[in-house]
Amino acid sequence: MRFRMMQGLILAIASLAPIGAMAGTYDLVIDEQIVNITGKDKKAMTINGQLPGPTLRFKEGEDVTINVTNRLDVDSSIHWHGILLPYQMDGVPGISFDGIKPGETFSYQFPIKQSGTYWYHSHSGFQEQEGVFGSIVIEAEKREPFKVDREYVVMLSDWSDETGDQIFANLKAQSDYYNYSQQTAGDFFDDVKTKGWSAAFKDRLSWGSMRMMPTDIADVSGYTFLMNGKAPETNWTALFEKGERIRLRFINGSAMSYFDVRIPGLEMTVVQSDGNNVQPVTVDEFRIAVAETYDVIVRPREDKAFTIFAESVSRTGYARGTLAPREGMAAEVPEQRDSQLLTMSDMSMASMGGMDHSSMAGMENMKGMDHSKMAGMEGMAGMEAMDHSKMMMGASSANSDYAPGSGLAPEAANGGKFLVYADLKAQTPFADYREPDREIELRLTGNMERYFWSINGIKYSDAEPVRLKMGERVRIKFVNDTMMMHPMHLHGMWMQLDKGNGRFNPLKHTVNVAPNTTLTVDVPVDALGQWAFHCHLMYHMAAGMFRKVIVEEAVVQTAAQ
Amino acid sequence: MTVKKTACASALLLGATLALGVSSLASAEMKDDSIMTKFMLDRFEVRHQDGDDLLSWEAQINARTDYQGMAFKTSGERLNNGPAESAEHQLLYQRLVSDFFDAQFGIRYDNQPGPSRTYAVAGLQGLAPYWFEVDANLFLSDEGDASARIEAEYDLLLTQKLVLQPSAEITVAFSDDEEIGVGSGLSSAEVGIRLRYELSRKFVPYVGINWEKSFGDTADFARAEGEDTEVGSLVIGVSAWF
Ligand SMILES: [Cu+2]
Repeated sequence: MRFRMMQGLILAIASLAPIGAMAGTYDLVIDEQIVNITGKDKKAMTINGQLPGPTLRFKEGEDVTINVTNRLDVDSSIHWHGILLPYQMDGVPGISFDGIKPGETFSYQFPIKQSGTYWYHSHSGFQEQEGVFGSIVIEAEKREPFKVDREYVVMLSDWSDETGDQIFANLKAQSDYYNYSQQTAGDFFDDVKTKGWSAAFKDRLSWGSMRMMPTDIADVSGYTFLMNGKAPETNWTALFEKGERIRLRFINGSAMSYFDVRIPGLEMTVVQSDGNNVQPVTVDEFRIAVAETYDVIVRPREDKAFTIFAESVSRTGYARGTLAPREGMAAEVPEQRDSQLLTMSDMSMASMGGMDHSSMAGMENMKGMDHSKMAGMEGMAGMEAMDHSKMMMGASSANSDYAPGSGLAPEAANGGKFLVYADLKAQTPFADYREPDREIELRLTGNMERYFWSINGIKYSDAEPVRLKMGERVRIKFVNDTMMMHPMHLHGMWMQLDKGNGRFNPLKHTVNVAPNTTLTVDVPVDALGQWAFHCHLMYHMAAGMFRKVIVEEAVVQTAAQ
Repeated sequence: MTVKKTACASALLLGATLALGVSSLASAEMKDDSIMTKFMLDRFEVRHQDGDDLLSWEAQINARTDYQGMAFKTSGERLNNGPAESAEHQLLYQRLVSDFFDAQFGIRYDNQPGPSRTYAVAGLQGLAPYWFEVDANLFLSDEGDASARIEAEYDLLLTQKLVLQPSAEITVAFSDDEEIGVGSGLSSAEVGIRLRYELSRKFVPYVGINWEKSFGDTADFARAEGEDTEVGSLVIGVSAWF
């Protein structure tokens, strides 16, 4: 077994160097092996003996052949996340192909027509959670609009000692199985102390009447968060020389976890998201949804270590690494912040059913208030009198990606700039920017108690495919009727995220839709075939928040008939 | 004997569910319509009371998709090392009727000393507003007598693992069935409070107290039989699911 793995490794290393200039062959072997990430030996799924798998480096314009061998005893697959390709090469069993049977090899062949940071992962069962994922870096044909001295991939992931099947079964049997921050009697008396009896009681009643929990931010806990496959204590380290410009290619390859990413002491200039260049925007912190990528450039001017701190949005842990001038250095690791709490603002009218909106605790202070005015008051938060309303309103500002008053809206740890979607403006305007031909509304829905997830109230197994016509421009309006964030991912085609930047609206493969918000994207329909379209939270996808999209040739109308 | 019965029932249950044709193996990659089975031992406890100790159980097996399936419920009491004092089994078809509730229909068979009864059952089981777990049922016996029973319990979290669980159960009969000692009107009530400690989500030992009382004609029938109409007990037990 070990011998075979070594052999595979040598083979893989040899083949990772493309032979011809514009045609490369790559070999990936999916296998099982024992790893020890949390101090416990556990069976993991690896690619070429690694977790995460090797970084695939392609060149724009290259024709790639990737031979994927499945040495597992179950079917497997690899999907190239964000890559534009013929649909038969997209790697989704049941939609693009039949999957890769045990012992078999599938040759993926497609031309590389883009550049940037992407990733790949299994689309079978819960294999991605158990290790079958890796990064893709595509070198651009033309010169890039920014200069860097070095670059590193920063792959974030969540590791569990439980198998995906166990986690899914637990969630199905008891949806709050992993929530160990439920409100206790003690919390109630703390609330009484700060808010008074009546407010504390009303608050409990309003959540109780809906049978929902303000702490229900992530479905799964117990994860160890990894940076390039390393646990926080192992401290993955990237070296630099002071004054250098370093490109960090952040990829969120987690099954279920969002991260808030910062590097205390350094500003980050975001230059790319989901593989597409954006106009540089300098931030102190950004949130990366599951399956998104962000490329940032940092320039440490001091000869010292900096911590790359990716705190899970559930605040149950963090991934951590270090940027250092020399090996073996470490900087201070920040304290974790308190967990966020959902507010009534994160609840859509649809999810509340017949609730009397005005009677809800937490909304009372907002009655008659103008949300847009509230948003503008954020800057005055330092004022004593504003403290209360700020608490009620969360931190959402005018262009926040969250509902006004949301408890999920992030704030930079240092009080500085936190990236929002509206900051993402494409580097070059989109050539075919125009009014959409039609609009499709997709309501993100689910049953939180029984743990099934759906779109427009219908699970994948009961749903008709979404049919699109080649050449049309379709506006998709996501309406999130649930209390959770959903990273919606379309295969094979871009979604142009509409945050009011017109032809500079950025192209993305994954967009985060916050609770009780509406998000619109325009899809330039330019790839025939069958594609997957789903929430990228692994257990939401498995539980039904998934659609097949079929792109058909537009019917040519001939005058002769 | 109970164990064998339970195993039998679960096999029957799976068979029945598969026969419903709810399974679809066509999209093996997606698990959104697969059949899930769950065995819940809600209570398995020794009731220490005046006189003999009783062993009491309450369990449910589900085999279902998100929307429908079968349920088997069993509950009862037996004297320590003695014969079953009373046992009740229900085989039900269940269907999700709201985000939080299943409607259940089926049959109930009571096995007890003296005459047995078979009932038609219609009920609702789920999570009511304010986090009350509720199981409410209407029964119609083969003798034509109707009755209703509602059970509710609530989890009050003292810590993330230490939970105080009050529970209550009320039975109302709409007519007399003297043979089995049921009189019309409010026939019996049971309240309990259990302090549970979650060693894991799936294995929870507990201690508590339980109090049962019969009322009206039912109490009269009991007195005539020389039975107590009011019983308090200390309980120690375990609940589990897998
Ligand atoms: Cu989701």
